[in-house]
Amino acid sequence: MSLLLVNLLDGLVTGLLLFMLCSGLTLIFSMMGVLNFAHASFYMLGAYFAYQISTYVGFWPGLILAPIIVGLAGALVERYGLRRVHKFGHVPELVFTFGLALLIEEIVQFFWGKSHMAYEPPALLNFTALTIAGNGFPAYKVFMIFMAMAIFLVLLYILTRTRVGLIIQAALSYPETVQNLGHNVPLVFMGVFGVGTALAGVAGVIAGPTLGTFPGMAAVLGSIVFVTIVIGGLGSLWGALAASLLIGWLQTFAASYNIVIGDVLVAVGFPMPVNLDDSALRDLWTLTVSQIGPILPYLLMVLVLVIRPQGLFGKRET
Amino acid sequence: MSVVKQDSAGSRIANPLITVSQFAPWFVVIVFLSLLPVIFTSGAALTIMNQMAITIIFALAYNMLLGQGGMLSFGHAVYMGLGGFFCVHLMNMIEYDGLWLPLPLLPFFGGLFGLVFALIIGTFSTRRAGTVFAMISLGVGELIAASSIIVVVFFGGEEGISGDRTMGPETFGLDFASQLEVYYLTAFWLVISALAMYLFSRTPVGRMANAVRDNEERAEFLGYSQRNVRFISFCASGFFAGIAGGIFAINFEILTEENLNLATSGSILLITFLGGVGFFVGPIIGAIVFTFLQTVLSLYTEIWQLYLGTLFLLTVMFFPFGLTGLIAMHMRPYQLGKISLLVKPYLRMAIPGIVCVLSFSSLLEIAFHAKHAAIGEEHMSLFGFGFNSYNILLWLVVLVLSIGSGWLCKRLAVGVREAWDEANFVEPRS
Repeated sequence: MSLLLVNLLDGLVTGLLLFMLCSGLTLIFSMMGVLNFAHASFYMLGAYFAYQISTYVGFWPGLILAPIIVGLAGALVERYGLRRVHKFGHVPELVFTFGLALLIEEIVQFFWGKSHMAYEPPALLNFTALTIAGNGFPAYKVFMIFMAMAIFLVLLYILTRTRVGLIIQAALSYPETVQNLGHNVPLVFMGVFGVGTALAGVAGVIAGPTLGTFPGMAAVLGSIVFVTIVIGGLGSLWGALAASLLIGWLQTFAASYNIVIGDVLVAVGFPMPVNLDDSALRDLWTLTVSQIGPILPYLLMVLVLVIRPQGLFGKRET
Repeated sequence: MSVVKQDSAGSRIANPLITVSQFAPWFVVIVFLSLLPVIFTSGAALTIMNQMAITIIFALAYNMLLGQGGMLSFGHAVYMGLGGFFCVHLMNMIEYDGLWLPLPLLPFFGGLFGLVFALIIGTFSTRRAGTVFAMISLGVGELIAASSIIVVVFFGGEEGISGDRTMGPETFGLDFASQLEVYYLTAFWLVISALAMYLFSRTPVGRMANAVRDNEERAEFLGYSQRNVRFISFCASGFFAGIAGGIFAINFEILTEENLNLATSGSILLITFLGGVGFFVGPIIGAIVFTFLQTVLSLYTEIWQLYLGTLFLLTVMFFPFGLTGLIAMHMRPYQLGKISLLVKPYLRMAIPGIVCVLSFSSLLEIAFHAKHAAIGEEHMSLFGFGFNSYNILLWLVVLVLSIGSGWLCKRLAVGVREAWDEANFVEPRS
């Protein structure tokens, strides 16, 4: 029971972290119709910038400054890169962001090298917040949960209760009409892109100390983020939230229970092959749930696409 | 296969897929390929040429999706990789289980295996093109790449699986132990599959793939199922990717997770885009240039991927039709007889352009050396000059050179643009 609770909390941390990336990606996608392949790269940039700032002035200024720098970088990419490619169509846009992801990884390696950075949680949060039946839960993870929830609520408030949010929502569906009403839609696009990448930057700043700050961190999370928004339904913010939490829990639970598939098969009633080493299916019998954990999100995506092609909460067919 | 149509007299005449004059370039290519090992005799050259040939087949197969069918795939390495894995297993069966299969036929079976997987995955991935197809291809690609670590029986886990190509029954007295024999086998499959893909693009199915790419709604109104058209292109592409995988297996005798992952899928996208997606020869040029750049740059610099990434991004931003598109752009001034107008501005641009590229890359190299070289090792050499990478004067000189030449390029670009407009101008007929 206590293990269940710890896993629930851990999964929540992973899921909310995923959602911080997915929310920006979803906003950008529904507005411009382009999936930003480099989104996870901005997450990585956030972590590296925050690390660099933390070596000079500590963790907390980095939490504010790094996302701002990342957001500015994102806005510049939109203004001088994406907008230029936009006229060639959606495929070149996607290819552009893909190339950008490759380039950002190379640039990060150029400046910081290939090894892990010693980016640590701040000393202020370096204690065990609560103990559940002997399992300690660090305060930093509690901080991550509150941080992610706060950002989500602020985002929700801005989108639904303010004038800016109104214009953004209108520009999502009818950009031409909003333009004709006298609003600067390209500027709105640039702003949304900047804010979306800044959100990814925040995620990077707070994930860097726990998940590690290294050049592969974008690739580790990048494809999972895409899978998540496809499962949730492209362009649906609530779908992104549901899918992020689902995948967060799926991965956490798979990683912590060491069930051997063969035992399950025996329990269901399949006989164990006598000569396991010669059997072509021997992988199936010896695998554990924690081993197949990493492929579960992809399996789920294929399943969702076959059964419900528009995703869990999506309106249009994907 | 041939297109049959009715002429005015009512008799049926066959429209051949390829005419004798269209076949002439292929004949030249065949002669050229058979003479190549006579010119470049070293082992390294043979290895590079084999690698180029494999990349060309793979890139052509990829372009059947991207260029001809309008489907952007982020997971096409899967079909090549699976074909390759299957071929290594076949090689092992030949060696241990006494399977009778001549080695030259192996890539065909790799192709079949790629085709089978494309048949399965295509049923749900080809429903839509564009972003959705791209996402599905990415997910499926990651799924199979991640499974390859887990499923040890087929993929061999982390270390992959390896085989021995020389154990098969001898074909025409060859056992394919030498690199040269493998080269001719590779070249044979290159010509066969390139020709087959070229012919495919000229069949009605290939033409419909273009139609669906350009306007799927209109194609539907004409009575074609966009999904079926895409499905057929997808399967054909999977087949040829599998062939490339089979040749890869023969060449390298080992396949690992690396052959399936996103990095490989991404680099084939890079290659195809660099060469130009709108042309049949685009991927061929892309594969040759990319393999060459990769080999040469990685010999001289550690940050070659940074250069290639930059080159790729600049291509997408400024020349979305790739290198082939750049060449094709000049056909019009050439036909108008005004190509000579461009020579002078190009030459004027060349010197600051070259200086700009060289000085920028020197700046990167010096900075990289200063940051990452072992402590105390301050000496480096670049373009044959040796110097201290912490020398402030040197930094200043390179910085001034790169900014100055960049500024000059920007100024001269106006002249090039004017000359370009002039060269493309057609006098209105009065």
